Amino acid sequence: MNARAIVVTSGKGGVGKTTTTANVGAALAKLGEKVVVIDVDVGLRNLDVVMGLEGRVVFDLIDVLEGRCKLRQAIIKDKRIESLHLLPASQTKDKESLDPARFKQTVQVLLEEEGFDRVLIDSPAGIERGFQTAATPAEGALVVVNPEVSSVRDADRIVGLLEAREVRENRLVINRLRPRMVQRGDMLSVDDVVEILGLKPIGIVPEDEQVLVSTNVGDPLVMRNGSQAGLAFMDIARRIRGEEVPFPSFEEKAGLFGALRKLFGGS
Amino acid sequence: MFWFRKKSKDTLKERLKLTLAYDRAQLPPGKVEQLKNDLIEVLQRYFPAEQKDLEVELEQRGEKMVLVANIPLR
Repeated sequence: MNARAIVVTSGKGGVGKTTTTANVGAALAKLGEKVVVIDVDVGLRNLDVVMGLEGRVVFDLIDVLEGRCKLRQAIIKDKRIESLHLLPASQTKDKESLDPARFKQTVQVLLEEEGFDRVLIDSPAGIERGFQTAATPAEGALVVVNPEVSSVRDADRIVGLLEAREVRENRLVINRLRPRMVQRGDMLSVDDVVEILGLKPIGIVPEDEQVLVSTNVGDPLVMRNGSQAGLAFMDIARRIRGEEVPFPSFEEKAGLFGALRKLFGGS
Repeated sequence: MFWFRKKSKDTLKERLKLTLAYDRAQLPPGKVEQLKNDLIEVLQRYFPAEQKDLEVELEQRGEKMVLVANIPLR
């Protein structure tokens, strides 16, 4: 993706925006980019806990926008991955004080003066002011969607709104795919979602218990080894950087596992 | 037997395609139903024959949403 300021959004809540932001951010940093992830969900701050950085929050985005601290004072540097940074949301302040124009300016400063290669913006759910503000500095978007009725509908709406705001580089992240349900015909497949929304995916992330485990301890999945979701997030970061990474076929894998399971007498 | 059962995802796919068509056209589905009833009324003034098979549907044609009416005359 050419976009350096990317908003992570979905319309519907609970589909994995924050998980995606944390993991794609960490993955991009692991690949050598200087990255800052910004939490714009004022009043419902969560990116800090998902990333395990909650203990180090002193100032927040609103403090920066209102001049109570310098930009650098509010940015938390991750100690596990050198080039990963977090700009946390405010948990207490009024979200009305998040001014879109000033926010856009701040993102520009991060990219042009502070030397960041990429800014990932974690948008709040919904299509109202919080989302609009989050999308203001964005040149592109990761639209997170679950293969499920309300999420797909909301994703379509969000894509329309992004296009109306001239955010053009919009890519789909299909999250929480359950290959065995897809195989049974009880969940939309990747192809179905692509057909319905008319957007190509930049990532397909299978449902994975390790996502919860990683957020329990505050280590983004891509910092650990071997989980399917972690690998999928790593692939997303590579594709954002322009690498051609083939999509693994979870469907076939499920088939193979299913067959093996039967062979060994499982259910 | 499960392979004769209609897959639930196919039902969802049809529902979503229709829902998104109305969403994209910013048109409440009930309005099309009303339009259809009005059309039947008007058509019956000109063609008093039966108009049971009248279909009014939204269709995606490339970038555009199109309202399509199928009016069988006999």
